[in-house]
Amino acid sequence: MRLWLALARRGYQRYAAYPGATVAGVFTNTFFGFLQAYILLAVFRQRESIGSYDASDAVTYVWLAQGMLMTIYIWGWYDVALRVRSGDIATDLYRPVDFQLLWLTQDLGRAAYHGLFRGVPPFLVGALVFDLRLPSDAVLWLAFAVSVVLAVCASFAYRFLFNLASFWLLDYRGVGVLAMVASTFFSGMIIPIAFFPGWLETLAWALPFAAMVQAPIEIFLGHARGLELAGLLTLQLGWASLLLLAGRAVFAAGTRRLVVQGG
Amino acid sequence: MVEAPTILRIYARLIGARIRSQVQYRLSFALNMIGTALISFLDFAAILVIFEQVDALGEWSVAEVAFLYGISSVTFAATDLAIGHIDLLPEMIRKGDFDLVLVRPLGSLFQVVASDFTLRRLGRVGQGLVILVVALTQLEIEWTAGRVGMLAVTVVAGSAIFAGVWIAFSTIAFWLVDSLEVANAFTYGGNFLASYPVNIFGAWLRRLVLFVVPLAFVAYLPSLYILDKKDELGLPRALQFASPLVAVATALAGGLLWRVAVRRYRSAGG
Amino acid sequence: MIELEGVEKTFTVWRKRGRLRRERQVVEAVAGVSFTIEAGALVGYVGPNGAGKSTTVKMLTGILVPSAGRISVAGLEPSRQRIDLARRIGVVFGQRIQLWWDLPLRESFELLRHIYRVPLERHRTNLTTFIDLLELGPFLQTPVRQLSLGQRMRGELTAAMLHDPEILFLDEPTIGLDVVAKARVREFMSTINRERGVTVLLTTHDLADIERLCSRLLILDHGRVIYDGGLEELKDLYGHERTLIVDLEEPGPPIEVDGARVARVDGPRQWLKFRREDVSAAELTAAVAAKARLIDLAIEEPDIEDIVRRIYTEGTPQSKP
Repeated sequence: MRLWLALARRGYQRYAAYPGATVAGVFTNTFFGFLQAYILLAVFRQRESIGSYDASDAVTYVWLAQGMLMTIYIWGWYDVALRVRSGDIATDLYRPVDFQLLWLTQDLGRAAYHGLFRGVPPFLVGALVFDLRLPSDAVLWLAFAVSVVLAVCASFAYRFLFNLASFWLLDYRGVGVLAMVASTFFSGMIIPIAFFPGWLETLAWALPFAAMVQAPIEIFLGHARGLELAGLLTLQLGWASLLLLAGRAVFAAGTRRLVVQGG
Repeated sequence: MVEAPTILRIYARLIGARIRSQVQYRLSFALNMIGTALISFLDFAAILVIFEQVDALGEWSVAEVAFLYGISSVTFAATDLAIGHIDLLPEMIRKGDFDLVLVRPLGSLFQVVASDFTLRRLGRVGQGLVILVVALTQLEIEWTAGRVGMLAVTVVAGSAIFAGVWIAFSTIAFWLVDSLEVANAFTYGGNFLASYPVNIFGAWLRRLVLFVVPLAFVAYLPSLYILDKKDELGLPRALQFASPLVAVATALAGGLLWRVAVRRYRSAGG
Repeated sequence: MIELEGVEKTFTVWRKRGRLRRERQVVEAVAGVSFTIEAGALVGYVGPNGAGKSTTVKMLTGILVPSAGRISVAGLEPSRQRIDLARRIGVVFGQRIQLWWDLPLRESFELLRHIYRVPLERHRTNLTTFIDLLELGPFLQTPVRQLSLGQRMRGELTAAMLHDPEILFLDEPTIGLDVVAKARVREFMSTINRERGVTVLLTTHDLADIERLCSRLLILDHGRVIYDGGLEELKDLYGHERTLIVDLEEPGPPIEVDGARVARVDGPRQWLKFRREDVSAAELTAAVAAKARLIDLAIEEPDIEDIVRRIYTEGTPQSKP
């Protein structure tokens, strides 16, 4: 148990070491938050509501999304790919710790740091300036917390998977960028999925990305209750598990190839 | 001072080798470029999704917003192509490579900007152009010589404004080498912002993009003239023609700030 | 050619105190340095780490602006006339590469021709000479990132000289190189100094570089010049003590011989310090061998750190009574 805590702490410290970058990031998140908030407010000047969203929901959505951007870390993470490319992966394989779980634990530590220091501040700014909708009872807060953790796991599993492309491809970054931008769009990071036209919304919920951003936000806004709430959490758990398992399978294939090829 | 043609020749040689290696595999490069275009299209997809739900944003129709988006996209992508690699500055400073820049008989800004080149970013420019053209076909513009001229000027001026803003904010790296991300708010954020009509933003933000970081002059103000649109903000009409002036001022400010920053770097020891 | 007068450089460093507070510290990297180097000289610039060598060189090449004092290089003021000066000097940093990472060597050279505006014929002549001198032929078409350290350094030296600079600044050029590569680099420096009259300022940790190349030596410590003169002179003045390291057959008490004292004992190994004026290495070895059975021995010359330490403890230079 102590090992896992130490790993999580390591993940946390790695990002805590650059306070300058964190402050700069918060600034940028906050700025983008304002832009998106104003855009959606302009939309809601034309309409009372869209789906189950009213203006307050939409603006809350924006600030949650900005806060979660780094916490969930949907794109830009190449740690594993870099280790494969540099050959350091060879030493990792000798470690007695499960490779995927090691990185997952570190990522949870990282998410803790980013949640606290890049997630909360922009949201606070948004709360001060705009009229945000907060969860009405403790159950929702708890469910939200659980949902965020599941979202991080799902996001990690997804990142882990396409980092593994580096076992086969030289230009893993190219694939990465494509995959990541698609994931950003379909996670609802740019525009709430609820605003998508019907067919697109269906598609979005069929993909794993909705489980990473949209799901926690829906819970926070109180749009999912009782059975629906349980359903969302189950969906997240399902995707996280599926992607993690897929990751293990691909990793096994990758390391086999590595060993055969000689690195 | 090195004369202009020599600088161009040096620049061409510096990036020439990179371009050659990038287009080496034609198919892969073409796919990459298309991928880049598609990725940047997702920003516009967001606009389309919005207009599925409403038919006007701050009194601007979808074609009009597409026009704004097109201008902002083309000018930003062009500037990104030309000077985007200024984001290598923090790493250069950290590794001590910036000192090597200072030992060469060339301007430091030029060397940083010319240190790399990514040709496939042309895809972004292309995407912006396509949307701009499609928007133009959907809009009923009363074309006069003035409007045509203004459109051409806007594209150039917009790029210069983005360039000035980008260079100015990049100097943050000389003071706080880890905090360059602040610049993103005004470069990538600036692109995002300029794609929408400025009247939808809060008062403080409107003032910011009019008087401090002049992003309102990239697309919004010139578009009011070209599209013959009523200015919801009630600003003086003259501002709609001011973008060339603002562009020159911004570019100069960026260059000046760079000089000051380098001077300070050389005094403080980096 | 190179003139420094009362040059100082102070940095303000922010030290972390605890979690949030910062403490301001003023570091005097260069605390009043003055010297003159005539055209055509080959001078060594040495000193312990942190002495201020790199800082001085950065000020001489225009990278840093001095806090006080006057600098003149090739008649120009480096801080004000950086670009003009850049055309007339060549710089080689031992651990940083100026060549373009992914371009073949030849292309880098061609690029430099344009940057430094070297006439085509002159460039061609120089290139041929250096290719010959440094044997660059086999890897001219190789991208720099694929070259070995020694090959890269040879490329760097060429790059620094292609535009016929009047002065060449080298900062630790032989660091990390193998013996053969080091010899090549030294040969190159010697040749261009001798045949082309290029003024060379060589910053180095390697005393062997100095021994083989420099007539004159500048020692810097704590931001001040503590010695400015010839190498032999230096050794005469300060490099008294050499060390004879002997490996005895079996551990024993410290050996007592005239003219030497045992500085350290570690099992069968003993370190004996002696002065070259008192006894020669040969005499001492014989004396020790007479007293104990030797398996192996080695002689250590005073290194620059020792000499510097001595200079510091002994204060201003005095010749031996």
